[in-house]
Amino acid sequence: MNDGCAECKGGCDQTPPRSRRGVMFMIGAGLMGVGSLVAAVPLLGVLIAPGFRRYGNTWIDLGAVGNFPMGQTRLASFAIPGSNPNDGQTATAAAWVRSMEGQKFQVFAVNCAHLGCPVKWFQQSRLFMCPCHGGVYYEDGSRASGPPPRGLFEYPVKVENGHLLIDAGRLPGLQESV
Amino acid sequence: MIRWLRSLIGWTEERSGAIAMVAPIMTHRVPRDAKWWYVFGSATLMFFTIQIVSGILLATLYAPSAAEAYLSLVYIDQQVPMGWLLRALHAWSSNAMVLMVVVHMSQVFLHASFKYPRELTWMVGVLLLLCTLALAFTGQIMRWDQDAYWGLGIGASIVDRVPVFGNQLRNIMLGGPIIGGATLSRFFALHVFVLPGLTIALVGLHLALILKGGISEMPQVGQVVTPETYRKEYEARVHKTGVPFFPDAAQRDMVFCGLSLIVVMALAVWCGPVGPSGVPDPTVINANPRPDAAFLWIFAAMALLPPQIETFLLLASPPLIVLGLLAMPLLANRGERAPTRRPIAVIAFTTIAVAIAALSWLGVTSPWSPVMDAWTSVPTPVNMVKQLTPLQMQGALVVQYQQCRNCHALDGTGGMRGPELKNVGARLSWDQLVRQVQQGGGNMPAYGKTLSSAQTTALAAFLQSCRTDGVGPATIPGALERAATPDQPPVAVPPVSQ
Ligand code: HEC
Repeated sequence: MNDGCAECKGGCDQTPPRSRRGVMFMIGAGLMGVGSLVAAVPLLGVLIAPGFRRYGNTWIDLGAVGNFPMGQTRLASFAIPGSNPNDGQTATAAAWVRSMEGQKFQVFAVNCAHLGCPVKWFQQSRLFMCPCHGGVYYEDGSRASGPPPRGLFEYPVKVENGHLLIDAGRLPGLQESV
Repeated sequence: MIRWLRSLIGWTEERSGAIAMVAPIMTHRVPRDAKWWYVFGSATLMFFTIQIVSGILLATLYAPSAAEAYLSLVYIDQQVPMGWLLRALHAWSSNAMVLMVVVHMSQVFLHASFKYPRELTWMVGVLLLLCTLALAFTGQIMRWDQDAYWGLGIGASIVDRVPVFGNQLRNIMLGGPIIGGATLSRFFALHVFVLPGLTIALVGLHLALILKGGISEMPQVGQVVTPETYRKEYEARVHKTGVPFFPDAAQRDMVFCGLSLIVVMALAVWCGPVGPSGVPDPTVINANPRPDAAFLWIFAAMALLPPQIETFLLLASPPLIVLGLLAMPLLANRGERAPTRRPIAVIAFTTIAVAIAALSWLGVTSPWSPVMDAWTSVPTPVNMVKQLTPLQMQGALVVQYQQCRNCHALDGTGGMRGPELKNVGARLSWDQLVRQVQQGGGNMPAYGKTLSSAQTTALAAFLQSCRTDGVGPATIPGALERAATPDQPPVAVPPVSQ
C-alpha cells in the first residue's frame, strides 16, 4: 500500500499523486479485461459450439430392400454415424419404414411431431399412436388427430444396389429439416 | 477434560472470533408468535443439506457417461452395500425438498411476509425455487433411463420451437445434434456443479437477508405495513416481546426437521429407489415416458394447450410466470398482511393450487394417451357380447383388432381418449355411428380408408347393440325404417371411400 509514496518515511498520510494511481488502475482494468476476454474464448467456445456447428446428415444403410415386405410398415434401427464411444446405446436410432407398391418407400422418424415421444405403429388400423399426449398419424405420416402441429418427420430415401438408404443423423424437430 | 476443552475453545475463539460472529446470529430476537408456521424454510434447508451429502456419495459410485450411467445405477442398487438406500434417500429427500420449498413459499405468500422490507428475500426465494426445480429436473436425467431419454426429447422439442435460434439453442442444450453422451455430461455438470453452487450462494444470501430484515410476525388484522415506519415499529415490538432464535424458535425447527427426516427415511426404506426404468435405448420404442411428480402438471398442460397458441404458451409462460413472481413484492409491498384482508390474493392462490393439483392428477391418469396395449390386453367384457348376433360378434372383434380399445373403454376398461362406448348405441344412430367411424373427427382418426364395408357394417351393428337393457337404439328424427328394425344392418351401407 505504501509503495505509492516510497520517498516519505514513517507515517506518511499523503496520498500518492492522483495521476499515477489512475494510470495504474486503468492499466490493471485493461489487462484484466483483455485477460478475461482471452480466457472466455475457450469457456464460451465449448459451451456454445454445438449451436454453431453444421451437423451434416449422411446416407445410412437400413438393410436390403427385401427386409421390408410390400404393404407393411416395419421398424428399422440404425447406428448414427459420427457418434462417439461415450454415447453408448444412445448412438442408435430407429425409423418406421413404409414399403409401398413398386419399391417405393416412406421412412418416418419415430419421434412424434408434437414433443418427440416415440410413436408406435399399428398394422391393423394403419395408425401411428403416440404414448405421451395422444397424437395419432395415418400410414402415410399425415396427422390424424391430437396435438401434433404437422405430420411425422420424413427422411429422404433412396434405393441403391438393392439397399434402402436414408439421409439422417440428427434428432428430428420442428425446425430441423430431418 | 472439560477444562482442557474450554481452553481449546478459548484458544480458537481468541484467534478466529467464530463464536463472537455466530452467537448474535443464533440468539437474534424473533417474534414470540413465530410458531409452527415458520418451520418449512428450515426443513427445505435440511433436505438440501442431505441432497449435498448423499449426492457427493452418489458421485463416488455413479459413472456419468451415457454408455455406463444406466449400468452403474443398477450396480449401485444391486451390488454396493446400502447403495439402494442411498439412491432411495437421494430421491425421496429430493421430493421432500421440492414439497417443502413449495409449502414454505405458500406460507410466505399467504402471510404476505414478502412485503417491505422483505421484498429481496422473496426474490432470492423465487430464484431458489427455480434452482430446486432445475435440480429436480436434471436429477431425473441423471437416472439415464427411458424416461430420462424421452424427457430430454420433450425438452429438446420445446427448445426447438424457439423462433429463429431454436435449432441452435437445442443443439447447445444437447451438446450436439442428438441426445447422447455430450447431453448427459452437460446435464451432469449442471446437476453437480452449477446448480448446487448457485443454490448454496443464494441460500447464503437468503439467510443474510432474513437476518437483516428480521423474521416476520404473524399477520394481524389492522397491523398494516407502512415502509416509512415499519422497521422502527417492528424492532420495538421484537425488542419488547421477542424471544431468542436459539433455542426458542430453533427447537420447533428441530422437532419438525427431525420428524420429516424420519418420514423420508421411512419412505426410502419402504418404497426404495426411484427407477431406473427401461434402458435408454432409442430403438426400443415401447416407452411410455412420464416425468417425476413435480413436473406431471406441466406434462398434463402440454396435452391440453390449444394447438393454435401452444408454441407461444410453451415458450412465453415460463418467463412470464417467473417475472410475475419476482415483481409481485414490488407491486404490493405495503398494506394489510392478514389473509382475511387480502381476498384476491387468497383466491388467486387457491385457484393456482387447485389447478396444479388437478393437472398433476390428470398427469397421473393421462386420459388423453391411448393405452397402447389395450387392444390385446383388455378383453371385451363378456356381459356385452352375451346375446349378440354373429354379425354383432364380428363387430366386437373389429373393435378389438382395430385398436379402438386403445382409446375407448367398454364397460370401464380400456383407453380414455374417447368416450366410453358401453352405451353408445343409445346415444348415436346407425348413420352417426358409421359417420364417426369413417370420418373420425374431434381427436378420433378416420377409419374410412382402413375398414372394408363389411367391417364397417359389423362394427356399426355391434356399436348399436351397446346399450343398457331396455333402451332402444338411438335414432335421428326422420331416420324412419332403420329405427323400426333395430339391430339389423340397413340394406345399403354408405360406400367406403377409398
Ligand atoms: C386415437 C384414439 C381413438 C381411436 C383409435 C378410436 N377412437 Fe373413437 N373416438 C375418439 C375420440 C377422441 C372421440 C370423441 C370425438 C368427439 O368428441 O367428437 C371418439 C368418438 C367415437 C364415437 C362417438 C362416441 C360418442 O359417444 O359420441 C364412436 C362411436 C367411436 N369413437 C367409435 C370408435 C371405433 C369403432 C373405433 C375403432 C374402429 C374408434 N372409435 C377408434 C378417439 C378414438
